[in-house]
Amino acid sequence: MRISARIVNTAASIAVLIGCLSLTAPAVSVAGAVEDGKDIAFSRKKGNCLACHAIEGGSLPGNIGPPLMAMKARFPNKDDLKKQITDARVKNVNTIMPPFGPHQILKADEIEKVVEFIYTL
Amino acid sequence: MKKIAAIFTAVVMLTSPLIVNASPQQDLKDFRAFFKNKFPDTPMNDFINGVYSVHKESRDQWEAFEEFPSYDIYVDKGEALFNDTKFANGKGFKDCFPNAKKGIKGNYPYFDTKKGVVVTLEGAINKCVTSNGDKKWGWKKGKMAHLSAYLAYKTRGQTISVKTPEGEAALAAYNTGKTHFYAKRGQLNLSCADCHYYYSGYKIRADILSPALGHTSHFPVYRNKWAKKDGDGMGTLHRRYGGCNKQVRARPFKAQSAEYSALEYFHTYMSNGLKWNGPGQRK
Ligand code: HEC
Ligand code: HEC
Repeated sequence: MRISARIVNTAASIAVLIGCLSLTAPAVSVAGAVEDGKDIAFSRKKGNCLACHAIEGGSLPGNIGPPLMAMKARFPNKDDLKKQITDARVKNVNTIMPPFGPHQILKADEIEKVVEFIYTL
Repeated sequence: MKKIAAIFTAVVMLTSPLIVNASPQQDLKDFRAFFKNKFPDTPMNDFINGVYSVHKESRDQWEAFEEFPSYDIYVDKGEALFNDTKFANGKGFKDCFPNAKKGIKGNYPYFDTKKGVVVTLEGAINKCVTSNGDKKWGWKKGKMAHLSAYLAYKTRGQTISVKTPEGEAALAAYNTGKTHFYAKRGQLNLSCADCHYYYSGYKIRADILSPALGHTSHFPVYRNKWAKKDGDGMGTLHRRYGGCNKQVRARPFKAQSAEYSALEYFHTYMSNGLKWNGPGQRK
């Protein structure tokens, strides 16, 4: 349950932030993106990130990749996180992590949502 | 999905440094050394036990299974097929495999220099069937897996000793198999080596990845997962290859295709020196 509280918190603070930038941005869409991103990340047919990574809230994770946590500290620049998820080969040519973008495993908007979710971890 | 898989089988990328023209003997040495180093607590011959050679927790449960193994009745069926099958011309399997009871699985796979092809045990079984005028058996399960299980059982305890590939054609087949093993494939872009070499012993979701060393020693296997689908859980090595290709969303090759036979040739050569112990029992 800790996680959802955290997601809500983060989502809320992002919402506040966006609210400051543009009063017209619907706050709910960010929270929605995080929720959608979680579904995509956890789904076996989509991201299936749990095959290799422990992620808070996900059961029976694999341990091929590092646990996904403290993502803001690991990736101060969110765009780097997006790059990693889009094509992990950029950082490590031999990586076992699938190239989600170039191989069209996830669509561009799905990657955006996964990034939103992972960035809350 | 089919279409996506088709596109991505073409995207085969060689990323392993091991691929560069090492001799089969050198490959074998490196392969064994790699696993010995990765799993220092596993005695060399224990690698014939697949994932159970590297994961103590699942081993106990498996050993309990092995006391009354599900493959037993299929070994019996295979024995009956061997003894009782009568082809239209009056001949039987004994005529093709006079030494079967002494254990002949160890003669396969081998490279037939005259024909320029890798010969597998299942290939030899079907050759016996068809050259005696009967209709070819299916390759992946059923009778084929049963007879193969019986012949494997008779070979238990003998040493795997695939002849070292020599000559251009045999080396080409070996290298085809080796390339398949190390090449990334499928939409998920994973190689056999990713899962069963570099990350063997790790967990992919809830499954522990078995080491490729010793992989082919215990085939055919009885898998509970296959039993759920067919009742009969026996399947051949090439059935498993197809499953592992599909998992990465690649289009599988046909069982007994030149590609999979070459893979079996390389894959079995890498286990030279270990013991045959088929059939196996798996989740
Ligand atoms: C088949 C295994 C596998 C799958 C599936 C996988 N990853 Fe990875 N991931 C890895 C490995 C291994 C690494 C370590 C870096 C490397 O080798 O590329 C990694 C690294 C990462 C990192 C960098 C972590 C850090 O702290 O540096 C992130 C973020 C990440 N993965 C996110 C994801 C997401 C999100 C998904 C699903 C959409 C996913 N991964 C699916 C294997 C995988
Ligand atoms: C995405 C990961 C993955 C890839 C890639 C993969 N496998 Fe597997 N394989 C598995 C899993 C999981 C199992 C079941 C657990 C085990 O025994 O390793 C398995 C089982 C096997 C087994 C049965 C082992 C036994 O003892 O019964 C063989 C043989 C095998 N794989 C060969 C291959 C070959 C050859 C390739 C490449 C064509 C390949 N695998 C690619 C994940 C993979």
